[in-house]
Amino acid sequence: MIPELGQFALILALLLAIAQGVLPIVGAWRGNAALMAVARPAAIGQAIFVSAAMAILIYAFLSFDFSVVFVADNSNLALPWYYRVTAVWGAHEGSMLLWVFILNVWTVALAAFSRHLPQPFVARVLGVLGWLAVGFLAFILFTSNPFLRELPMPADGGDLNPVLQDPGMTFHPPVLYMGYVGFSVAFAFSIAALLGGELEQAWVRWARPWTNVAWAFLTGGIVAGSWWAYAELGWGGWWFWDPVENASFMPWLVGVALIHAQAVTEKRGSLPAWTVLLSLFAFSLSLLGTFLVRSGVLTSVHAFASDPRRGLYILGFLIVVIGGSLALYAVRAPKVAGGKPFAVLSRETAIMVANLLFATAAAMVLLGTLFPLIGDALNLGKISVGPPYFGFLFVLLMAPVVLLLPFGPYLRWGRGEGKSLTTVALRAGIAAVICAVAGWFFADGRLRAIAGIAGAAWVAVGTLSYVAKRWREMPRGRRFPAEMAGMLLAHFGVAVFLMGVMLSESLSIERDTRLAPGQTETIGGYTFRFDGVQESAGPNWQGDQGVVTVMRDGATVHVMHPQKRVYTRGQVQTESSIDAGVFRDLYVALGEPMDAAHVDGPWALRLYYKPFIRWIWLGGLFMTLGGFVAAGERRFRAKRAAAANQVVPA
Amino acid sequence: MNPTRKRRLIIVTSVVVAAAIAIGLTVFALQQNMNYLFTPSQVQGGQATQYKTFRLGGMVKAGSIQRASDSLKVSFIVVDAAGAMPVEYTGILPDLFRDNQSVIASGRMDGARFIATEVLAKHDETYMPKELKDAMAKAHENRKIDEAAAKDPSP
Repeated sequence: MIPELGQFALILALLLAIAQGVLPIVGAWRGNAALMAVARPAAIGQAIFVSAAMAILIYAFLSFDFSVVFVADNSNLALPWYYRVTAVWGAHEGSMLLWVFILNVWTVALAAFSRHLPQPFVARVLGVLGWLAVGFLAFILFTSNPFLRELPMPADGGDLNPVLQDPGMTFHPPVLYMGYVGFSVAFAFSIAALLGGELEQAWVRWARPWTNVAWAFLTGGIVAGSWWAYAELGWGGWWFWDPVENASFMPWLVGVALIHAQAVTEKRGSLPAWTVLLSLFAFSLSLLGTFLVRSGVLTSVHAFASDPRRGLYILGFLIVVIGGSLALYAVRAPKVAGGKPFAVLSRETAIMVANLLFATAAAMVLLGTLFPLIGDALNLGKISVGPPYFGFLFVLLMAPVVLLLPFGPYLRWGRGEGKSLTTVALRAGIAAVICAVAGWFFADGRLRAIAGIAGAAWVAVGTLSYVAKRWREMPRGRRFPAEMAGMLLAHFGVAVFLMGVMLSESLSIERDTRLAPGQTETIGGYTFRFDGVQESAGPNWQGDQGVVTVMRDGATVHVMHPQKRVYTRGQVQTESSIDAGVFRDLYVALGEPMDAAHVDGPWALRLYYKPFIRWIWLGGLFMTLGGFVAAGERRFRAKRAAAANQVVPA
Repeated sequence: MNPTRKRRLIIVTSVVVAAAIAIGLTVFALQQNMNYLFTPSQVQGGQATQYKTFRLGGMVKAGSIQRASDSLKVSFIVVDAAGAMPVEYTGILPDLFRDNQSVIASGRMDGARFIATEVLAKHDETYMPKELKDAMAKAHENRKIDEAAAKDPSP
């Protein structure tokens, strides 16, 4: 009975979403305050029912209700309770429900914090979010119902994909979805502005913290995903340019462009049409990401079981959302466009150039990701695009960004001033050269590592030199407003990230080797001694646990325990063992016994030495933090009172 | 030319030049990194001869996996309904690599053998990569996929 209640809750949520989508927009159009007032209660009601459905699904997992197909497919009696909770988003149906749930979280937050905005505008924004909810709720109810029953009830369930049974998977999908779905706010805001036919600078100011928070979540989600892939997939890579990764990376790139473009529009009134267009693209790419991950049209290392029929629905939905919003943009943009002109040597120009580079990078990733589909449609054969395509073009596009980054804060709005630019270029340049020379000895002349060190020094010193300038020139308390602090944190994160990527990529030592118990192998100054395997077991798996003693200069550094697990349903899963450090990771994974009948004999082992790899995620965390800090800017809140008093014609 | 026109001309020219460079580089990078997927029978039919490196997809023939006694070298045979191809690989095979499972290997031909530099197996018990299923179906338009392959409960 209880799962049926979940189904009813979803149906009621769909009906409320339709009300939320239709009535307020009609109200805003007709100037009917009563209809516009429906938006908030409908949104809250919808959120209550979706939350109820979510709770019921979690309950079904916790109470082993295997009569529900989704529960039976993705959990079993031996699965620990915490993985039964995360199993909710371990497969398609539940993760779509999570999508809608998070959309409701954003919508309710928006309904609560938008009281100072003109009513017709809020009505349109909530209305657009209502339509997005309709699209996804209908998708869940008609093609991927998590509450579907199967009777008689099986005695035990299947299993959650073992690669998902990891702490990283507990928070990666929700955080990533917070980012994906968070762009819906900027999207709804842009559609509302286009529908209303005007774009107030105050509204852009209001949208900025939302976009920053969404972007910060997305960054955090990607960092978590990268770290999970490194630890869990067992090959020690942190990024594969895989379609599923690209799916989250495209909205991120456009998001970077968007948060900067919004700053220009909010502060200077320039580039309004571009900001609106980027909002449309950021969310469209989030939807496309959902489509790519869930439809199974692309072969991916992550390709979890999926169903092409659902792809068709999402494809239709995508065409309606993207086509509709772009058509609206084409008709209405000339009305909101315009914008103030600016000088060539100004912050606006720098942001515009960086914006174009990020937009081009997103287009490049999109082309490479969809190329197999294009090739298929044109009958060119089964093509895949190799990672070097992305790596080559991405480095080429981002090199100018790194070069321009230190100048950003120094540039003034509207007009140019060359003197301070020469100073910062000189300082950062000298730092880069000194670090490059130092790096020459440290990295044995490996060019990529040296370029990384020099680039990181360039960005870090350029950013820190601006910090020093503010410290000297501004009175206490006014030195670092949240918006600027966030920007500087994120820019500093770029330096840390750059250092991590370039050093770990060029100095890593990866060795696949065959070791009998007692044998040793030395890489990067560390001696790994394989001490054989022991039996080991967990709640729903058993397997072999290797013992590898790592020594340096005769002293034991760490004893590592990589595992080869066999889950109850027979899936084999490699659990790597990592000795993490600020300057290097040691990574050991078990391959397989050379002779399956003699596990006490020689084994294949992966031994990796990965210098500076933590810096990649550390840089990402700096960016995440920067996004959140910037969203806390007082100005975004302080002027709300003023915005509330503005009389805006509907 | 007056200054406004001159500035516009500079902007337009630089946009065109930048776009041309971007398109040129993209096409170059795509050409360098396109990887085609073939099944053993397609390779033996001569379809892959023009590509130095490509991806080979099919099923691992039961009982064909053989390991060297002193290194990580392993050899196995990849089959589709109408062909079989010996593959050599040095390294650690993925967890789900085993008899009668679908596999995609990238590498190049050396005589009649395929030398793999990377071997991917499916990541999910019930999943066969769609492009591999399509390629295998295409390799024998009028025939059902081999019995061994059909046992794989693909969605």
